[in-house]
Amino acid sequence: MVCDVCKEADAVIQLTEIEGTGVRLRHLCERCAAERGVETTAAPKPQITDFLQSVHQAMQATQGDAARCAFCSSTFRDFRSTGRLGCAHCYDAFEKSMRDLLRRVHGSSQHIGRNYESPASHVVPDGGTANELRDRLRRAIDAEQFELAADIRDRLRGME
Amino acid sequence: MMDLSLLPDGGVGWLDASGDHSDIVISTRIRLARNLEGYAFAGRARDGERLRILSQVEQAMSAMRGSHQGVLLRVDEMPPDDRLLLHERHLVSRELAGLDPQRPVRSGAAVHLTRATSVMVNEEDHLRLQAIESGFRISEAFNSVYALDADLGERVPYAFHNEFGFLTACPTNAGTGLRASVLIHLPGLVLTKEIAKVLAGLQQVGLTYRGLYGEGSEVVGNFFQISNQTTLGRTEGELLDYLTRVVIHVIEREEDARKVLLRDAGYIIEDKLWRAYGTLRYARSLTFDEVMSYLSSVRLAVGLKLITDLSVYTLNKLLIFSQSAHLAHAEARELTTSEANLARAKYVRRILADDTGSTR
Repeated sequence: MVCDVCKEADAVIQLTEIEGTGVRLRHLCERCAAERGVETTAAPKPQITDFLQSVHQAMQATQGDAARCAFCSSTFRDFRSTGRLGCAHCYDAFEKSMRDLLRRVHGSSQHIGRNYESPASHVVPDGGTANELRDRLRRAIDAEQFELAADIRDRLRGME
Repeated sequence: MMDLSLLPDGGVGWLDASGDHSDIVISTRIRLARNLEGYAFAGRARDGERLRILSQVEQAMSAMRGSHQGVLLRVDEMPPDDRLLLHERHLVSRELAGLDPQRPVRSGAAVHLTRATSVMVNEEDHLRLQAIESGFRISEAFNSVYALDADLGERVPYAFHNEFGFLTACPTNAGTGLRASVLIHLPGLVLTKEIAKVLAGLQQVGLTYRGLYGEGSEVVGNFFQISNQTTLGRTEGELLDYLTRVVIHVIEREEDARKVLLRDAGYIIEDKLWRAYGTLRYARSLTFDEVMSYLSSVRLAVGLKLITDLSVYTLNKLLIFSQSAHLAHAEARELTTSEANLARAKYVRRILADDTGSTR
């Protein structure tokens, strides 16, 4: 089959384009595909490889491995090895890396979907509840973050 | 053993083949990933934290009324057979059921079930809200799960970020937390060898595909789950519209492939499909993979109207109820592999004979 655009070279790529409500199939040669920004050199990589690569790049670009979340005591290295964050606060603790990563993975870091407001009665001030602080204290001790643990212990004492 | 009559519709109302394009699309599933403020994510949380998460969620759910009122099952307190049974019904993930020996079930793992929705508690995220509908019904599934999300989100505080949206353990789910999956049967595209192009095309347009049981599962019986890959930077509506358009296109390609098959290889295809039906009707021992493969052929024969006295509902039911844990549950005892193969063949013969009103 020849390329739908140049009508010269052999078509090697099948491109599905979505315009308005219609879907159009086009057969393109490597050069015409490249001109339209379609990767032609290799088969699409599985998602997880892309993702881990992005994590790696994000780390190299912006964040030291040792950066640590004060809430759950996870490090950026933990995230890099598991692909999972420890808690919601990690997004703030590694903010710049996360923003870069989200842009690579999703094409944007700005949420425009459903907006959400936390139910007012549950809003927790910065320090957190006693139970929350106890969990943080245990995690800090597990991670041998003794300075942080002492700080949390003092806040717990203050509450009690 | 678990009393499955406790589950609304047995948890498998979506098998009834009542939805659009149900000869090609088995089900539409939409899930939203949510986490509670104030706790580490489930993988990092301690046992006590996960139990507190469960009790907070349980309390919120017990106050929900109307269609959101359901039953909560403690997955962490179930024996392995019951956990496998829930997984075979697509009600809990492999991870929540703790089916991998290296990753046993976590304390606080639970699932809340209503007729149209389910919520996994303490999976990778604290909450995985999900709606499954029969056939191709994106907006119905979305409406169910969206309403449940709004109700629950007023009762427990979700972790939400002004820029990044709903925060999730894996950043690939952040933002909307929405993953829509359409379980679709594509034997025509497989037999005409067009499938590789279609799957490569999906990845080019930002969608992905998986096997019958979601992430990491193999494609068996020509069943594919097509879903969105990105979750951030677009509204829920945009993500779903886009998926809808592409799936409609895939359905059309499948229909075209089926026409080509009948036109170019009529009797060869007919012979292959009838042989598969004959095997299911009369075999005395069947592995689950064999059932999947023959059911794929019979489903195609029903779609092509070669077989007219079988319902799609029956075929859907066989997909679920001929799995090992379901057979063991029906026989009320543990089965060895060969016993399960015998029980499976017997079950398939009985259901097919009942549906067609003929002898076994």
